[in-house]
This record gives sequence, structure tokens and C-alpha cells, in this order.
Amino acid sequence: MTDDRRFAEVSLRVNGELRPLSLDTRTTLLDALREHLGLTGSKKGCDHGQCGACTVLVDGRRVLSCLALAVALDGAEVTTVEGLAGPDGLHPVQQAFLERDAFQCGYCTPGQVCSAVGALAEYDAGWPSLVTDGEPALTDAEVAERMSGNLCRCGAYPNIVAAVQDAGAAR
Amino acid sequence: MRPFDYARATDPAGAVALVGRPDAKYLAGGTNLVDLMKLGVETPALLVDVARLLPTGIEESADGLRIGAGARNSDVAVDRRVRAHYPVLSQALLAGASGQLRNAATIGGNLLQRTRCRYFQDVTKPCNKRAPGTGCPAIAGAHRDLGILGTSEHCVATHPSDLAVALAALDAQVHLHEAAPVPLTGLYALPGDTPQVETVLPPGALITAVSLPPLGFPSRYRKVRDRASYAFAVASVAAALDVVDGTVRDVRIAWGGVAPRPWRAYQAERELRGGPATEAAFRAAADAELAAARPLPENAFKVPLVRNLTAAVLGELAGVDR
Repeated sequence: MTDDRRFAEVSLRVNGELRPLSLDTRTTLLDALREHLGLTGSKKGCDHGQCGACTVLVDGRRVLSCLALAVALDGAEVTTVEGLAGPDGLHPVQQAFLERDAFQCGYCTPGQVCSAVGALAEYDAGWPSLVTDGEPALTDAEVAERMSGNLCRCGAYPNIVAAVQDAGAAR
Repeated sequence: MRPFDYARATDPAGAVALVGRPDAKYLAGGTNLVDLMKLGVETPALLVDVARLLPTGIEESADGLRIGAGARNSDVAVDRRVRAHYPVLSQALLAGASGQLRNAATIGGNLLQRTRCRYFQDVTKPCNKRAPGTGCPAIAGAHRDLGILGTSEHCVATHPSDLAVALAALDAQVHLHEAAPVPLTGLYALPGDTPQVETVLPPGALITAVSLPPLGFPSRYRKVRDRASYAFAVASVAAALDVVDGTVRDVRIAWGGVAPRPWRAYQAERELRGGPATEAAFRAAADAELAAARPLPENAFKVPLVRNLTAAVLGELAGVDR
């Protein structure tokens, strides 16, 4: 422990690459990504955990990067929207968003996409949602409930739901 | 945000030692605390990170279920034992926040989250809870979402947790590091003339687990909110009901969104035990509890809302045709 604990050495594995950082303890994961690593795909919408635009995957699970202190995540594996595509092209969720035109202004889209990737993993793991009755299925109501943490001011919800369903069915 | 020191404790004793100075706070999931620090409501000089040292497991025994305080809300909500034996708990967790927040928030932290009263969260406004003695603008102002039971002339804030409402109905115990457990229903202090005192926990107390005694009858959670998902409760009901031959053998009722703590409706339960499991009885029992309500002009609607919601949930549990 150093004398001054208001700064911390933090090591994150971001999109597969080890990224050592020296950070003010106040730095959120979102600010570490955007301001320190130049990864501006994750968006700052409300910065208070109410909109979902900052959603990323930490150790494979979707979380809000605006409410996570980077220092607390030392050693974590972080995947942002920049890290979803593979050598063969876009992630199936990204491709589905393109094909379904699941956005208008696009500001919420990186968070929507990362949230959908996490939500589909939860669905695959058999996690129920509040609206699940019996075995989960990717109905409109299920997708809406599971994606309710991501707001879209343009109101592209119908196409977002369709894109998530497409990506879910394509696997 | 005010600058702060950060320390990661490696065991509960170390955490308690580190937090034993003024202006120190525990950090677990951070989903409420970090936001309050951004808002300037919380200004800790030291954060003691306990996220990696708290138990995260769920253990089943003849005594019921024991859930580690560091377990994430999502993991508890989807646990097969929780879903099978305590559906009210799974439903309450799934009704709270969003998928992203449930993946970060912990069981212990959830219980100690702060009210979402807009005056409490706005440091430019008076608030007896945040700044004792400055007054409560909510009483003459925006109190539509605030409390009708257990409030005082100094504070009408509500406790925002869905989880705590289910735990109140389940007679949960809150376990602490090196201190006697506290029943969930006794964890929270009513505001009186000290609304800044929110729990009975001494400074530095560390919640390590929550335990639930066995529940042998059906339960459920129903939440009313201003949109279908991702919103705090306007009102909610956690209930469990044991009906034998049309007679109520046992019943548990707790309300959320209406009081400074999850409101266990003991009076309603007394009215129901041993009596008929009918909609009329459910409504009368809720009314008996609500006789103590002191609603304000903009939230008086919560009285009939809670009565109707309670009757509906108990009716569903009893299989009563409405």
C-alpha cells in the first residue's frame, strides 16, 4: 500500500489486452475506458446508472461502467463494444442490429449491443426474468424486460427487440 | 466527487479495523454509493472495499437458506433453491433495477442503500436525513412517491429496496461480523426526530450473510411502478399464505414503497390467522393495518392501492376467484 491511496495502479484486461493504468481512485470504469484508453464506444448518457448507455461486460457479465470504480476492478476482464467483433466480422448481435436497423441516432447502441450480448448469455444459462412463466423463451415481453436497463430516446425499441431475437435465434 | 483513499480489505476483521475512522465507508457493488458520491450526498474520505472478502455462496440446511452478503442480486434471484422454496425472494430481486445493476449489486449492500427521495439526493435542498435540522421540503412539496406509514413530521422518505420487503416477509436474520444477528424487521429505525439514523447497526458493523428459515407455503412479490420495468416501487407487496380448508393457517405480509422500512403488516396478519381466506377478509385485514397510515395529499392514493394490491396477491396465493 502506498502512502497516497488517492491514486492507484490498476491493471485491466480490456478486449483481450492487458492495460496497466495509474488512476485517481475516483475514476469510474467508464472514464478509464473513454479518457485513459481512448475507447469512446462506451457512451456517457446519464452517468448515474439510469440509462444503460455505458454498459460493458466485466468478467463476462453486463454491468454499468459509470457506477463501477476502476480501482475496485483491478485484474478484471473488460469487453467493450470495440472488442465484440472477431476476425471474421461483426458479432452476431452487431450484425442483427444492422440488419434490423435497430437504432436511429446511435448513441445508446453500444450499450444496447453489450447489454444484449450479456442478456443472451444470461438467457442461455437458463436465468429467468420477472416475466418468465415456465421455461424462458425470447418473446417480445421477455426481451423488453431483460433489456429494460437500456433506454433509447429515439424509440427504436421495436427493432431493438427484433434484433435481439434474431441474434438469439441465430446461434 | 471528493477525493478519497481506497483500501481493499482481505478479511472481515481487517475491514472492520480499516473502517473504524470517521468518514470511512464500506464499498461492495457500489451501485448506490458511487452514485451518491457523484451527487455529493456521500463524501467518504476512505472506501474500504469488501466486495472480494464477503461470502458469496448460498447454503441450504435444515435451518433454511443462508446467503452470503457478497452474493450478487442476479445470482440469488436465479438460484434454483431460492426459486423453488422462496419465490417471493426471487421475484423481488428480479423486480429490482436492471440486469446490469443486479449483476453488480450485492445482498448486503442492497439492504443498506439509501432513499431515492429527490430532496435527499439533491444537496442544494434542505433534508433532515442528509443535513439534520434543515427541514423536510417533501412534506409540502414532491411527496407523491414517499411514505404513508411510519413517517414523521421530520421525514417521509421510503426505503427503496425490493429485496428487503421480501426478507421482511420471510423473517430473515441479518448476520454481522462478530455481533449478534439482527432480524430484518428490526434492522431499520423509524425516522422520528432523528431521520439521519436509518438502522440499528453500530458504526463499522459489517453484514456478512442473510439467513431465511424454511417456508413451507406459497409466496409471491408484486410491485406497482410508473413503468413496466426498471423503476422503483410506487408500492409493493411481499406475501406468503398457508390456507387449509379455506382457513388461513399462516400468513406473512410486507409492504414496500410506503414506509421508511419494509413494512411488515403484523396487524393484518393477526386479523387473518384462523379466519376465512376470502377477498373480503383480505381487504379488511389490509384496512386494519392501513388504519395507522398518515398519507399526504399527493400520496393518499397509496392507501387504496396497497389495500387492493394486498387483496389481489393474497387472492392469487389462495387461489380465490376474483
